[in-house]
Amino acid sequence: MSDRPRVSEHGEQPLTYGKYVGGFLGSVFLTLCAYWVAVHGTARLSVLEVSLAILAVVQFVMQMLLFLHVGEEHGPRWKLAAAGFMLMILLILVGGSLWIMNNLSTRMTPQQMDQYLRSQDSL
Amino acid sequence: MNEELVLEQRREHEATQKTIVGFWVYLMTDCVLFASLFAVYAVLHGNTFGGPSGHDLFHLPYVLVETFALLMSSFTCGLAMLATQRRARNEVLFWLFVTFCLGALFLGLELHEFANMVHDGNSWRRSGFLSSYFVLVGTHGTHITFGLLWMAVLGGYVWKRGITDSIRKRLTLFSLFWHFLDVIWIFIFTIVYLYGSIGV
Repeated sequence: MSDRPRVSEHGEQPLTYGKYVGGFLGSVFLTLCAYWVAVHGTARLSVLEVSLAILAVVQFVMQMLLFLHVGEEHGPRWKLAAAGFMLMILLILVGGSLWIMNNLSTRMTPQQMDQYLRSQDSL
Repeated sequence: MNEELVLEQRREHEATQKTIVGFWVYLMTDCVLFASLFAVYAVLHGNTFGGPSGHDLFHLPYVLVETFALLMSSFTCGLAMLATQRRARNEVLFWLFVTFCLGALFLGLELHEFANMVHDGNSWRRSGFLSSYFVLVGTHGTHITFGLLWMAVLGGYVWKRGITDSIRKRLTLFSLFWHFLDVIWIFIFTIVYLYGSIGV
C-alpha cells in the first residue's frame, strides 16, 4: 500500500502546511481588521461598507485558493469553470434582486404598494 | 504486469478526480442557494416592522468568538487532511476530533444566540428582517449540523479501518464541504453581523 505513488486527491499538487498556516493566519488577520473597522471605524458609512466588502472578498479569494485549492488542477480546470459559472449566477441573482427591489421601492409609494397587494386576489 | 498496475492506478485516480469534481459542482449549486438567501436578506433586512434591527440585536464580541471557532475548525480540518496524506491514522483521528469539538462549539454558540433571541420575543415571526436572518443563518447552521454528523461517521470509519484509499477520498470530500462552510460564514459575518452593527 505505502509504496504506491502519492497523488493528492485535491489536484495534482500535494498539500502543504504552508498553505493552511498561511490561509489561517491571513484569515485571522482579515477577520480582526474587519471587526476593528466595524467597531472603531469613524469614516463615512459608505466608506466603511466598501472597506468591509473588500476585506470579505480578499478573505474569500484567499480561502478559495489556500483551503479549497481552486486553480491547482492540471488539465481541464473543471473546478475553476464551475466556480466561475457560480459567480456569474450569483451576480445575476443578487444584483438583479437588489436592482428590481430598489427600483420598486423608489418608484412606488407605500400606498401604491398596498393598493397593488390588495388587488392581488391571492393575498 | 507492472504496466497493468499503473493503468489500474491511473483509472482509480481518474475516478476519484471525477467524484471530486462532481462534489465540487454540488458545492457550487449550494453557493447559489446561499446567494438567493443572501439576496432575500439584502432586500428584507431594513423591514423591521417596528421591531429591533441588527444593530440592537447583535453582540459583536460573541459573534467574533463564533467566527474564530469556525475558522479554527476549518484550519484543523486542513491539518487532518495533511495527516491523511501521510496516512497517519491517529493524527487524523486527533485532528478530526478537534475539528468536531470546534464545530460543535460554533453550533452551540449559534443555537444559544437563537434561543436568546426567541426568548426575548424576537423570533422569525417578529419581522421580515428576522425571518430572513433566521433562514439565512439557520441554513448555514443546518449545514454545520450535517457536517458534524458526517465527521462523526468518518471518524468511526477511520477508527475501525484505518486510512484506506476509499476513506481518503471521503475525507477529501468532507474537507471541501467544511472549508466551503467557512467561506460562506465570511459573508454571513460581514453582511449580516458587521453591516448590521454599523447600521447599513
